[in-house]
Amino acid sequence: MTLSTDPWIWIAAILTLAIFSFLYRENPFYRFAEHLYVGIANGYAITFYWHRILVPSLFDRVGSSSTPLSTKIWLIAIAIIGALYFTRFIPRISWLVRIPIAIVLGYASGASIPRAVSGEIIRQMKATIITRASFANWQSGLWAVIILIGVIATISYFFFSTERRGLLKPLSYAGIIFIMIGFGASFGYTVMARISLFIGRLQFLLGDWLGFIK
Amino acid sequence: MLSLTLLLAITIFPPEHVQARDIPNDEGGKIVVTWDRINAPELIGYRVLRQQRNSDKWDTLAFVGRLNNRYIDDAAVNRIEYRYQIIAVAESTQAVSQPSAYTCSLPQWFDTSTLPALLGTVILSLIFVFFFDRAKRDRNLFIRRIAGLDAVEEALGRATEMGRATLYVPGLSTMSDVATIASLNILGEVAKKTAQFGTPLIVPVADPIVYTVAREVVKEAYTTAGRPDAFHQDIVFFVTDQQFAFAAAVDGIMTREKPATNFLIGMFWAESLIIAETGAATGAIQIAGTDAVAQLPFFITACDYTLIGEELYAASAYISREPVLLGGIKAQDYSKALIVFMILVFSVLALSFNLPVLSWL
Repeated sequence: MTLSTDPWIWIAAILTLAIFSFLYRENPFYRFAEHLYVGIANGYAITFYWHRILVPSLFDRVGSSSTPLSTKIWLIAIAIIGALYFTRFIPRISWLVRIPIAIVLGYASGASIPRAVSGEIIRQMKATIITRASFANWQSGLWAVIILIGVIATISYFFFSTERRGLLKPLSYAGIIFIMIGFGASFGYTVMARISLFIGRLQFLLGDWLGFIK
Repeated sequence: MLSLTLLLAITIFPPEHVQARDIPNDEGGKIVVTWDRINAPELIGYRVLRQQRNSDKWDTLAFVGRLNNRYIDDAAVNRIEYRYQIIAVAESTQAVSQPSAYTCSLPQWFDTSTLPALLGTVILSLIFVFFFDRAKRDRNLFIRRIAGLDAVEEALGRATEMGRATLYVPGLSTMSDVATIASLNILGEVAKKTAQFGTPLIVPVADPIVYTVAREVVKEAYTTAGRPDAFHQDIVFFVTDQQFAFAAAVDGIMTREKPATNFLIGMFWAESLIIAETGAATGAIQIAGTDAVAQLPFFITACDYTLIGEELYAASAYISREPVLLGGIKAQDYSKALIVFMILVFSVLALSFNLPVLSWL
């Protein structure tokens, strides 16, 4: 056993244990680590936005003589629109905050709709349609049929316009079975990933800090 | 004799069928060069050369590995004609191909490969416009009730009876996320009920813009419920936009304030299980909703009710009865029916007549 002499490793280890202490119950150590984490996260975010975004992408480019005038005008205009978020603090003109919000929402919708249609709907349709090539062998044919039934049943589960009666009832019931099978696989896969994260922390505590493992 | 054998052994043939063509459906400036790969063990790679029309000079563009048979020249100038030559390079020899025919790159106004997406967008948009219009004229469009919604009132009633707070986490995403927008619609209705019942409401937020909107939503809900006096600034508060710091803070709030009801509705990532598991440990009724497929299994296992994927949007429309949202849900339903119909028709066409239906999409 070789205890670490690095003070930063000690700080990291103590804070890790303070967070883990939550498994027992909420306590002053956890509370301290939680507040420190939130405070540092906010401080880090502010410095990150300033040094990595505002300074290189706005101030440096606007101040640079090599930046074309048209680019400078665009940058300043966008900065002014972004600064309208601060009007929230002035009740008389706080309505101006709607302008940047509308631009963000409008852009996000416009950019995401065609992408969703081609990337999600059309690709999913292509993967679901059965062709003669799907029956190259009996296994692939069987899977193609199962996928077709699974997609139709799952879509029918999310049909809200009518009550679940008639054909829709067994179809949506089959749909929830397919959904749960998918969730089960996803659950197991993610739990494995979380366990590997936990192993990483244990390796840090037992290796880097306490020196039990190399 | 030995040296002659060695010389023969390292002789390689020049690449054949060197072709150059403009890459279609792009903004121009790109030409793809292809050739037949040489199967020679001593080959190291290929040197790609380019010559402009009316010039004697060949420029070396790149050296690519022996497994390549394709190179994209992304330094071509539009409407200037070039031809290309490929040199197969071995350890101590090389073989020069015949030059390709002259070609030039051109920009295209339309990316024809996205035509199905354009048609799909137009058809779906028309369906949406039709149902928006119908919903404006008839606010009572039918949407079936969703199980998780029945629990909302019950959960808020429980919080009121116990004299404890209700916690509402609108996810960690931004306002550009549909799940966040749906979550804020539900928040408005939850806030109206907490205002009516006099139940304390706690809304920690992870995004500054969502904070701004959530505060307005809650304030308006309290005013609509006739309790503007009950609204105070601290109901909605910004915590941090750092994922796990936010999760640690919400866990702390759950264990300190012991809310009777937790709503975890919106976009969540890896913090979903950390938050939901802590909420379950405190004994709160938990109603979750998200369209993050990877996080839904955790909510289903740790929460009492979960709005799965599109149920979240439907719940938002059902609660708010907003014509735009109601029309949207109706339009989505009929779009889904159209998609299922197309999948079945295309499958039948492909199986019965062996038509190349996949290339139509």
